[in-house]
Amino acid sequence: MNEKNLKVLAAEIRLETLKVIHSRGFGHVGGSMDLADLMAVLYGEVMKFDPKNPRWEDRDWLVLSKGHAGPVAYATFGLMGYYPMEEAYTLNQPGTKFPSHTDRKLTPGVDLTTGSLGQGVSTATGAALGNKIDGRNNHVFCVIGDGEADEGQVWEGLHFAYAHKLDNIIYIIDNNGYQLDGPTDDILAHGSLAKKAEAFGLYTQEIDGHDVKAIYDAIQNAYAKKGVPSCIVLDTCKGKGATFAEPKHDHSSQPSEEQWAEALAAAEKALEDAKNA
Amino acid sequence: MNVKLIGEHKKDSRACRDGLALTLNEMMAEDKSICYVDCDLMGCINTKQLMKNYPDRAFEAGIAEANGAGVAAGLAATGKKVFYHSFGTFSSRRCYDQIYMSAAYAGLSVRVLGSDAGVTAAFNGGTHMPLEDAAMYLSIPETTVLDPADYDQLASITRQLANVEGVSYTRFVRKGIIQVYGEGSEFEIGKGVVLHESENDAATIITSGIMVDESLKAYEALQAEGIHVRVIDMFTWKPLDEELVIKAAKETGAIVTAENHNVTCGLGSVVANCLAKNCPTVQEFVGVQDLFGQVGPQDYLMDTYGLRAANIVEAVKKAVARK
Repeated sequence: MNEKNLKVLAAEIRLETLKVIHSRGFGHVGGSMDLADLMAVLYGEVMKFDPKNPRWEDRDWLVLSKGHAGPVAYATFGLMGYYPMEEAYTLNQPGTKFPSHTDRKLTPGVDLTTGSLGQGVSTATGAALGNKIDGRNNHVFCVIGDGEADEGQVWEGLHFAYAHKLDNIIYIIDNNGYQLDGPTDDILAHGSLAKKAEAFGLYTQEIDGHDVKAIYDAIQNAYAKKGVPSCIVLDTCKGKGATFAEPKHDHSSQPSEEQWAEALAAAEKALEDAKNA
Repeated sequence: MNVKLIGEHKKDSRACRDGLALTLNEMMAEDKSICYVDCDLMGCINTKQLMKNYPDRAFEAGIAEANGAGVAAGLAATGKKVFYHSFGTFSSRRCYDQIYMSAAYAGLSVRVLGSDAGVTAAFNGGTHMPLEDAAMYLSIPETTVLDPADYDQLASITRQLANVEGVSYTRFVRKGIIQVYGEGSEFEIGKGVVLHESENDAATIITSGIMVDESLKAYEALQAEGIHVRVIDMFTWKPLDEELVIKAAKETGAIVTAENHNVTCGLGSVVANCLAKNCPTVQEFVGVQDLFGQVGPQDYLMDTYGLRAANIVEAVKKAVARK
């Protein structure tokens, strides 16, 4: 694991995520940007995948159950070579392969269709079960929003994974503290998501979601744990790296052109800084 | 299609559910990609044998239908041919968005099975009585919706379902049922079955499920009065056998649909849609007239909701008079 390389990749993902969303002018910036460090670790280090054969049967799977984080996946997949990056700048345009929520029928690299919150947890769990039946040596990574965890289906999925001893799935909760209507503590307070996941029988770790080494180590710990599914709670900052979104932790943003210019310039500078660090 | 009509109005000694359970058991032995997911109701349809015989491919999702439907879709994404079962109320209303989005919209095939079709939920009552289950599945694009009449028709359909792409919904009856067809009868999804026809037919009864036997009784009663009618078992609500419906409408000039389902959006509605577009024809609708279910013996419920041969006879006479 080369920490510097992953930090550079995370900065590239942030810059491209902004470009993807800027192509449309608005979108779910907050919940995309905060996942850049996770995506850098997954695609830069730990996951098995083949951009030339996106449905390779022994690949590791990524399911963004918080489907509105599509742009960060499109940026990452573009950087990994699934398609020319420019293609993703057609986000939400008529006939695009890049809809606001991830769609397995449209976008190379997207393993399961999500958008109705909670559902990706169940489908990811079913995929892990299918991989287990086939004896594959791979993992499913399922990314859940903390707001999404309001959905009862999330907990039904964890319950099933525990009962069926699915140790080939890692649920990652993006604990950014905000949902559409405001702070999660004000909308429908969770208490501790980590304690809840632990109570469901999952091997659970809670870490800084912007520390690439901590993310890498947590995944290695999860790999080593046999017989139970894992959960990693990422404490994140919603909008991380987007100058107009980060201070307010906006769920979705409609910034002015000046704000876009400022954000893109800042992301480019962050990338240069990461390279020169 | 290879259909032997018995039509003696006698109860089958076999439980209808075994047409499904035993067939699935055979299919899973032959095809290792078939998986089965149930929501704590295996005991009701004798599918515990699947978990015993194929412990790595038959699963309990517990009393969590929404998650079970999603798990089924996820299994499909790994190349499995998945059957998913709960009572008809729960395998429709309780997991509708999951089947719609995680399976149908996502292009993943799941074969949904809903037991206790319509009033056959009987003593489980209105909470468990699916009278709108087929309506929900009819409205999802690219689905297949089936309402088989008896053991052999259910078995024949089940054998075909493994190779049906997309989401399918099969509503069926668990326990004793009138045997309509002889053993070994084979049916083709998308093709209705003409049970009676003549050159003098004054109307056509289009029916399915438990209403097939009532329709055959109505046919006999009308014959006794000198009224000839055509009878079609349209177990395949979607895809509807439009060609057969249009032909019957053109040749007989009056249609009566008879269904164990709410008439506002069921078999009668898909037939009416077809006729309105192709061959406007007078039609009467026998079925549950936009009412909720309730508890009681099946006979009582069939009397109460007007699901009897007498109701069909009356509807035929009304339709003929309107010609």
